[in-house]
Amino acid sequence: MNVQEIRRQFPILDQEVNGQPLVYLDSAATSQKPLSVIQALEAYYKGYNSNVHRGVHTLGTRATDGYEGAREKVRKFINAASLEEVIFMRGTTTAINTVAQSYGQDNVKEGDEIVITHMEHHSNIIPWQQLAKRTGAELKYVPLQEDGTLSLDDVRETITKKTKIVSIMMVSNVLGTMNPIKEITEIAHENGAVMVVDGAQAAPHMKVDVQALDCDFFAFSGHKMAGPTGIGVLYGKKKHLNAMEPVEFGGEMIDFVGLQDSTWKELPWKFEGGTPIIAGAIGLGAAIDFLNEIGLDEIEKYEHHLAAYAMEKMSEIDGLTIYGPEDPSKRAGLVTFNLDDVHPHDLATVLDADGIAIRAGHHCAQPLMKWLNVSSTARASFYLYNTEEDIDRLVNGLVKTKEYFSDVF
Amino acid sequence: MSFNNLDQLYRQVIMDHYKNPRNKGEIEDSVTIDMNNPTCGDRIHLTLDVQDGIVKEAKFDGEGCSISMASASMMTQVIKGQPVEEALKYSRIFSDMMLGKEYDDSVDLGDIEALQGVAKFPARIKCATLSWKAMEKGIDQQSE
Repeated sequence: MNVQEIRRQFPILDQEVNGQPLVYLDSAATSQKPLSVIQALEAYYKGYNSNVHRGVHTLGTRATDGYEGAREKVRKFINAASLEEVIFMRGTTTAINTVAQSYGQDNVKEGDEIVITHMEHHSNIIPWQQLAKRTGAELKYVPLQEDGTLSLDDVRETITKKTKIVSIMMVSNVLGTMNPIKEITEIAHENGAVMVVDGAQAAPHMKVDVQALDCDFFAFSGHKMAGPTGIGVLYGKKKHLNAMEPVEFGGEMIDFVGLQDSTWKELPWKFEGGTPIIAGAIGLGAAIDFLNEIGLDEIEKYEHHLAAYAMEKMSEIDGLTIYGPEDPSKRAGLVTFNLDDVHPHDLATVLDADGIAIRAGHHCAQPLMKWLNVSSTARASFYLYNTEEDIDRLVNGLVKTKEYFSDVF
Repeated sequence: MSFNNLDQLYRQVIMDHYKNPRNKGEIEDSVTIDMNNPTCGDRIHLTLDVQDGIVKEAKFDGEGCSISMASASMMTQVIKGQPVEEALKYSRIFSDMMLGKEYDDSVDLGDIEALQGVAKFPARIKCATLSWKAMEKGIDQQSE
């Protein structure tokens, strides 16, 4: 993998911020976009912008081909069995909410259980909280191990015959933990529950095979995987999607509309109300081409290497605490940490003055912050365009931040 | 690394308030306001003792960055003993200062002036204004 060659594909990285060359370490929030994705959006808007599935005209056909072509790229990318199982949505949040509101509403009743974990992102907590409140079901949490991993014994303990839905993130956006989704799915199925996977931090960084995982639903976002914002995917097994009611009505999803009743299109369009996210889907397709050309296995290997390098260098800094699994092979390409006596916001502001972009805050995981017993943390997250030099700059910046605050105190 | 700009933000007096917060604590049987900054997790627990239109006592508790905690400390310091209208006037002045607008400097702003530099760091303005919003809300509550 030639990182310098890859970096040239990302024009945004070639700039100075506050007088310093930019080091972008916030890809877990949103990744940067390569030229090919930017050009795909431009080509669509300049050359064949049109609504899909309805125009008889040529541009309409080209737009439809682009949009549906992107669906096939997504299908292959996650190895879904059929195109009907790939639904374009705004992002992971919308996808999980759709499952909760549609599948959840129809299949969960009072006395049932929904199982999530203490490490989930708010987007994989609140839809289930709301569903539990509406139905009278119980929302249960799988506890975490000391190092921020899940134990399958705890999973087995928490999931029972009353459990109807299990929803767990594949990779933690805070701890970097990679969860054993395949094994958890088996446990869910043994108990008659469906398995929902929040794949937001997994799809950009590793090969995902939804058939091998055997999960019932899988949700992810385009903008974290080199694609545009506003596009994401809900994968669902056909048997579930067929039985589910749409959540949004009107526009693209209708079949026949009468005065008192209407019917819906077949899958996958049944869940794609309104004018679809055409440019977004085409951009996501271009992002998938880009990632495939480099190879997801290569990307994953490289990010492990970066994480291991970062953990080694960062743990040399006195007073720096790293959260999550200590073994770099057990974690994805991000490091969440705190520096003694420096609040993460102050840390992020000082690093920003040095051209280094990191995330500070609760990372949309307040229950996890509570478990870690901190109010907020700092996070550096890596993607295929980051380098060891980026991490050296971060480490250097952290050392200087420490010095700066010990001086002003 | 150029820290010149940062020195505008992290003034000595701010760090002093952060390390040695004034009026830290809680007043019992008083107006209580809990506010947080949902994007970053900063939170403040402010208690005000308002009698006959005067802020007799103000105390705060909470957690957050140096800017939010120092601002809270300075805010309680400046409004203590002031009539409610004066406290609100300080709040307006502070808001103007954060927005980088011309502000009324005819009153003695004391340590608050050290927070001027925050206006140049847009991402941090909400840190500085949290406690002031809590104070406005508290005065609003007790006048109802």
